[in-house]
Amino acid sequence: MLSVKGVSRSFGGVYAVREVSLDIAEGEVRGVIGPNGAGKSTLFSLITGHLAADGGAISLGSERIERLPAHRRARLGVSIAFQGARVFRGMTVRENVMVGAHGRTRAGFAAAALRLPRHRRDEREIARRADEALERVGLTEWAGREAGLLPLGQQRSMQVARALCAGPRLLLLDEPASGLRAAEREALATLIEELRAGGLTIMLVEHDVAFVTRLADRITVLNLGEVITEGTPAEVRADPLVVSAYLGAAS
Amino acid sequence: MRELLTYVVNGLAVGCGFALIAAGLVAVHRVTGVVNFAQGMFAVVAGLSASWLLGTGLPHGLSEGAAVLVAAVAGLLTGLLAIGRRGTTPQSALIVTLGVGVLAYAVEIVVWGDQPRSFPGLPGSVSVAGVGVQSQHLLVIAATAVTFALLTTFFGRTYLGKALTACASNPYAARVIGIDVTRMGLLAFVLGGLLGGVAGVLVTPLRPISFDTDVTLIVNGFAAAVFGSLGRAGLALVGALLLGLAESLAAGYGYAAYQLEIALGLMLVIMVVQSTRRTSVLEEPA
Repeated sequence: MLSVKGVSRSFGGVYAVREVSLDIAEGEVRGVIGPNGAGKSTLFSLITGHLAADGGAISLGSERIERLPAHRRARLGVSIAFQGARVFRGMTVRENVMVGAHGRTRAGFAAAALRLPRHRRDEREIARRADEALERVGLTEWAGREAGLLPLGQQRSMQVARALCAGPRLLLLDEPASGLRAAEREALATLIEELRAGGLTIMLVEHDVAFVTRLADRITVLNLGEVITEGTPAEVRADPLVVSAYLGAAS
Repeated sequence: MRELLTYVVNGLAVGCGFALIAAGLVAVHRVTGVVNFAQGMFAVVAGLSASWLLGTGLPHGLSEGAAVLVAAVAGLLTGLLAIGRRGTTPQSALIVTLGVGVLAYAVEIVVWGDQPRSFPGLPGSVSVAGVGVQSQHLLVIAATAVTFALLTTFFGRTYLGKALTACASNPYAARVIGIDVTRMGLLAFVLGGLLGGVAGVLVTPLRPISFDTDVTLIVNGFAAAVFGSLGRAGLALVGALLLGLAESLAAGYGYAAYQLEIALGLMLVIMVVQSTRRTSVLEEPA
C-alpha cells in the first residue's frame, strides 16, 4: 500500500534518515519507534511531502509520490495528525475539522460567495462528516469552542478528527498519545482499533512502547536514521539491537 | 444643512473607494499574511486603463470591465513575484510588493504618461431628501455595499473562505489537508487585483487619477484595513467610511490641502491604539 525504498534525507551533511525502506500492507497498523533523534518525524515529513527526499522512492498504491508537493499527496489520501499543535486559530473546533475536507470539495469561489445550492449541499455534507469525526475522537462537546484555546491533548485529538474528515487512505499519527490522560489514551487506542477494523492503513509514531506494541501489527525500529529491525511486536521486543539502542549501549 | 449633506454623501463615496482598497488588503492578508503595498497600484492601473480604453472609442461598461481585468492581471503578476517562490516569508513578500508598486510607476508613465487622467462616470444626479446627489456617488456606494456583502459572507460563513483563511493561519497544516497554499495565495492576489480595479474605475470619475495616486489610496486603504486588524472586512469598511467623511468635511470647510495629513494622522492614531491591544497588527486576530 505504502512503499518506501531507500529514502534518505540529510541536513548539512548529517543524515536524519538514511536509506530507509519499508512496505506497509493495506489495512495494517505499523508502529514506528526509536529513541529521540532516530528520524521518526523526519520520515513522516518525507512521506507527507513537507520535506523533499534527497533520494529514494515512495509509492502509494501504484503511484509514485516522492516528487509530489504536500497538498497533492494529501489529496491522494495521505493524512497526518502532528505531534505539535497545528491548529487554525480564530476558528472553532468544528471549522478546523471542516477545513480538513477541503480536498474533497468541488464548489468554487463564486458558488461559495453567492451561497449557491451546490455549495450549501457540499457544506452540509462536510458539516455532517466533521461532526461524525468529532464524535469519534470524543470532542463533540468542544465543537463550538475556539480551537486555539483547547488543552494540548484535545488539540491533538482535533487534528486526528481533521485528518479523518479528509477521508484518508493512509493515516499518520505522530505521537498521538503524549499529553493524554489514561482515560483519553484508552479512548484513542479504541479509536485506532476501530479505524483498523474499518480497513484504514495507519502509521503510528509513539514514545510509549507499550501503547505501540498493543496496537501495531508490525513495528519498525529506527535508530540514528536507519532501520535497525522490523517485525511483529513480539519479535521486536526480543531483538537485542532494540534493547541496546534504547539503553544507549554501543553495539 | 444642504451643504453638509452633500459633503457627507461625497465623503461616503470617497470612503467607499478606500474601503475597496482596504478590502483588497484584507483579502490578501487573510490568505497569505502579506500586507500588499501594491494594492493602490491596482486601482491606478485600472483607472488609467479605463480612461485610455474609453479614449480609443470602446463603450462604457466594456472599458471599465476590461480595466478591472487588467488590474486582476497586475494582481496575479504581483502575487507571482511576492509569493510565487515557496518559502518566502510574509515580511519579505511585503518588501517585494513595495518594490512592485514603485516599479509600476515607470511602466505607467511609459504607457499612459505622467498627466492625471479621468473619464466621465454615470451622468446625471438623483434627488435624495431634497439634495441632488451625483449618480456616480450612488453607484460607488452601491457597488461597495454589494462587494462587502459578498466578501464577508465568503470569508465568514463558508468553508472555502475558512480554507483560505487557514492558509495564513497555519500554512504547514493547510498543506497537509490538501490545500495548495501557493495557489490560494495567488488567487487572493487576483481577488485583490479585482477589488483594486473596481475601486479604480469607480473612483477615477470622482477624482482624476495619475501614476502616483496610489500613495493616497494605499495610505487611506491601509489605515482602514488596520482599523479592522487587517482581517475583518466589516470593520475596515467602517474605518474607510470614517476616513472618507473626515476628509470630505475637512475639504468642504476649507482644509482641502490637509487631506492626506488627516488620513496619516488618523492612521497613526489607529495603529497606536491597535498595537496596544492583545493581537499585533501582523497576526490574525484570535
